[in-house]
Amino acid sequence: MVWARRLGLRLQTVFRRGRVALRLDDEIQFHLNEQIAENIDHGMSAEEARYAAMRTFGNPTYLKEETRDTWGWIWLENFLRDLRYAARVLARTPAFAIVAILVISLGIGATTSLFTVVRSVLLKPLPFKDPSRLIRLYEHGADGKFPYNVVSGGVFGEWKKQSQAFSDLALVSGDGTEYGLSGTGGQLPEKVRASECTWNLFRILGVEPALGRSFAAADDQPSAAATAILSWGLWKRRFGGDPAILSQTIHLDMKSYTVIGVMPSWFAYPAQATQLWTPIYHEESAETMQALDDHEFIAVGRLNPNTTETQATAELSLIVRRLHDEHRDNPFVSDAANSRPLLEDMVGDIKTPLYVLLAATGCVLLIACLNIANLLVARSATRRRELAIRTALGGSRGRLLGEHLTETFLLSAVGGGAGVMLAYAVIQWFVATRQDMSRVEAIHVDGVVVAFALGLIFLCALFAGMVSSFSVRGDYILCSLQDSSRSYSAGPARVRLRKWLLAFEVALTVVLLIGAGLLLKSYERLRASNLGCITNNVLTMRFNLPDAKYSQPVQRVNFFEGLLERVRALPGVEAAGLGSAVPGSGYWGDGGFLVAEHPPLALGQAQYAITRWADPKYFAALRIPLLRGQTFDANQRLDKADEVIVSESFARQYFGDEDPLGKHLLKFGHAHKIVGIVGDTRFLIAKPAQPIMYFPMYDGIMTGGSLAVRSNHDVTPLALPIQQIVQQLDPELAVSDVLTMDQMIGKSTLDASFNATLVLAFAILSLTLAAVGLFGVLSYIVAQRTTEIGVRIALGAQRAEVLRLMLSDGLRPASLGLVLGLAGGAAMSQFLRDLLYGVPPLDSRVYATVTILLLAVASMACLLPAWRASRLDPVQALRNE
Amino acid sequence: MSKPNDLVQGTLDLLILKTISLEPKHGWAIAKRIQQISGEVLQVQQGSLYPALHRLEQKAWIKAKWKETETGRQAKFYSLTAAGRAQLEQEAENWSRLSAAINLVVETT
Repeated sequence: MVWARRLGLRLQTVFRRGRVALRLDDEIQFHLNEQIAENIDHGMSAEEARYAAMRTFGNPTYLKEETRDTWGWIWLENFLRDLRYAARVLARTPAFAIVAILVISLGIGATTSLFTVVRSVLLKPLPFKDPSRLIRLYEHGADGKFPYNVVSGGVFGEWKKQSQAFSDLALVSGDGTEYGLSGTGGQLPEKVRASECTWNLFRILGVEPALGRSFAAADDQPSAAATAILSWGLWKRRFGGDPAILSQTIHLDMKSYTVIGVMPSWFAYPAQATQLWTPIYHEESAETMQALDDHEFIAVGRLNPNTTETQATAELSLIVRRLHDEHRDNPFVSDAANSRPLLEDMVGDIKTPLYVLLAATGCVLLIACLNIANLLVARSATRRRELAIRTALGGSRGRLLGEHLTETFLLSAVGGGAGVMLAYAVIQWFVATRQDMSRVEAIHVDGVVVAFALGLIFLCALFAGMVSSFSVRGDYILCSLQDSSRSYSAGPARVRLRKWLLAFEVALTVVLLIGAGLLLKSYERLRASNLGCITNNVLTMRFNLPDAKYSQPVQRVNFFEGLLERVRALPGVEAAGLGSAVPGSGYWGDGGFLVAEHPPLALGQAQYAITRWADPKYFAALRIPLLRGQTFDANQRLDKADEVIVSESFARQYFGDEDPLGKHLLKFGHAHKIVGIVGDTRFLIAKPAQPIMYFPMYDGIMTGGSLAVRSNHDVTPLALPIQQIVQQLDPELAVSDVLTMDQMIGKSTLDASFNATLVLAFAILSLTLAAVGLFGVLSYIVAQRTTEIGVRIALGAQRAEVLRLMLSDGLRPASLGLVLGLAGGAAMSQFLRDLLYGVPPLDSRVYATVTILLLAVASMACLLPAWRASRLDPVQALRNE
Repeated sequence: MSKPNDLVQGTLDLLILKTISLEPKHGWAIAKRIQQISGEVLQVQQGSLYPALHRLEQKAWIKAKWKETETGRQAKFYSLTAAGRAQLEQEAENWSRLSAAINLVVETT
């Protein structure tokens, strides 16, 4: 009951404050009247009685305030008053308010959105059951060059058989598994990215299909009926989201598969683009699944509850080591195992870039806060007299500080509100732009993000408010009242504070500029690096001939020849070639070989190179230079194929000073004569060229590959007629990755361009803020020193001298900031090392460019106020007093 | 014009609660009553009564009602609530304990 009464009283004092206050007046008036009446009764005159009553009562106004303070919500009342006051003050300087709000909203918006991404992608646990017990397993290559190598079927089989550390182990095929999905009912055939997996994969991850059932052990055998599980996206897009798809038959690579389930929409594993799952032991040959040296697969394990990752890896290592010792003659059998938490495996590549971007946005936010603080210091300087008078009249320091903080809080809250909306838009854009990023589907705004944004708003307000309120210290009241009689310069302390703030701001800007410069330069290097072949006006597309229809090598070779013949006849086509994979499209695979003319290798020693197939005109079509020898003969077909062409680095690495031409490589069970040496090409634009050996495409081993078509003008219009040719040859065959070489490179450098562009945007924003800050500070200093400058000029100072004086005044904090920033940038660039390509972290040209740019911008920002100072009319300046 | 310190404030609360424990009184009457009973010993500035009265009202220890006085004027009469009565008992007890203790100290030295 007591609380109810208290609440009632409190509400009354909030909502009926005016009435309650009047009642208090009445109450006190009554008291005074009673006292006056009594005094008169005691024989005083009316006037005397009133004075006596007042004396015994005390100061009514003060007591009324004291009384009011006892009412609840006094803090709210004060706060609302401060808020009203702050709003009025800000409304009086709308330009300042708008700039400040804009700056804060940009800072908070950028930081919040990057935080959302980092939190969703890197910090949140995977959406799987008990994700901390899931680990990704690797083989450790015997030569030590591949400490985190993918796993071979045979090794996995042994792990599964012998290991005790895991409640279960699953095997998944990696990138590059594709099926041609045949069209039904007039649909075009299409290539879909897929993943073959052991039947227990979904069980290990703790994920159930949204529709239908998961794989069973019986499905995951060579003899089982073919089954497939669809991704939610594929089911919706291709099958109209019809639940009747379950237990229907679809055709993959022209074989029948029964659809048994559809995964939930959020599920994407192992890749973002995986659209289909099939049982691995049914799909892969028994030979592949038992090979110990065919490293192909991703292995995932769920740890037993009381086993650590280290223990488990040690156990697996032991098993691999035993296999290695049993197969000493095979140098491609690994000698140990490795592991990583599954989350780290999935997001490892994007970790550094995301943290770099988050740090960059943090810098922007800090600069924004510094700028606001700076502007506020300038403003509080102009309000100095007002503040001094208020302090002198009894305004407590706490109240003035409170008022000041309320003002920054108001700015920060409005800016932050706008910032959160901005962040929301940025996140939508980010998700749309980076569909390739793993876990991109997990990005969304949640409670923690909102709390983070609120925290930022609060911190910004506190930071800007506290820094700037160093200048509202009461100690200077007398001082400022005194020197307000003549406006020389402001107290030196305040100017020094502003200069330090500026220097700090400039330093942060320099750090950002250096980061942006390094990333930009490395992106340019990346784009400019030579793939080893022509990339202009080259169109590529991939296809794969299904075994079901093309079981014989001769069928495949006929298809290849027919396709090339027709494509070359197409008007506009200058040249066309067929290879297993074009440069820049990925590693795809390597293989061991022996040189027939060389002595046998020592036990455990291995030679390997990237394996590629090419038709005779492939090198000419892609303008890969033929350095020596010749390309394949026309008779290099099927069983007669016994030639090989090697790359320049292959020749250098494995033959040294010897002449490789005419030597023989032992591969696929027979000798291949080296007939030519071609220039190096890169399998990825960011990776150095590696030795490559090319076998004749027409040997019929490959079931598909990349068609590369060169034109002498824009090649994109050729995409359609070429696809029509493929359709004519085989209506059920789908092509994929129809891309020009330049598009393909663009895709693989997306990361680099994305990072560089964003950091550059942040750096430009900071530079603008710093320039505004410099301009503001110097303008303020000039305004403050008008009289002094007037006196100087009147006494005969040269205008050039004044200009120089003012310029150096503005440029000094900028130079200090520059030095600090260069040092900070050098330290920061070490963290960027992973993201840089062909640019050392201490690239002198980047640092020089940043220095020049910053000095130029700083001089521009300082020039106008300095020039204005030098043009001062001394008579005017002195009359202003 | 500093605020009364804790001891004085607590004491003033006790005096007010005690004074209105028998019958409702308005502010002036309370001031008079305190002055009367304590003689000239307790020099309470009359005005400082009001912040205390309002604080006690906010705490719901006393309640107020506007009524006519005997002379026919409108005045705000304060009376104890149940919580206030409990508070009075507790504070009175505290006070006697404290004063007894102080007495003991003062008289034994």
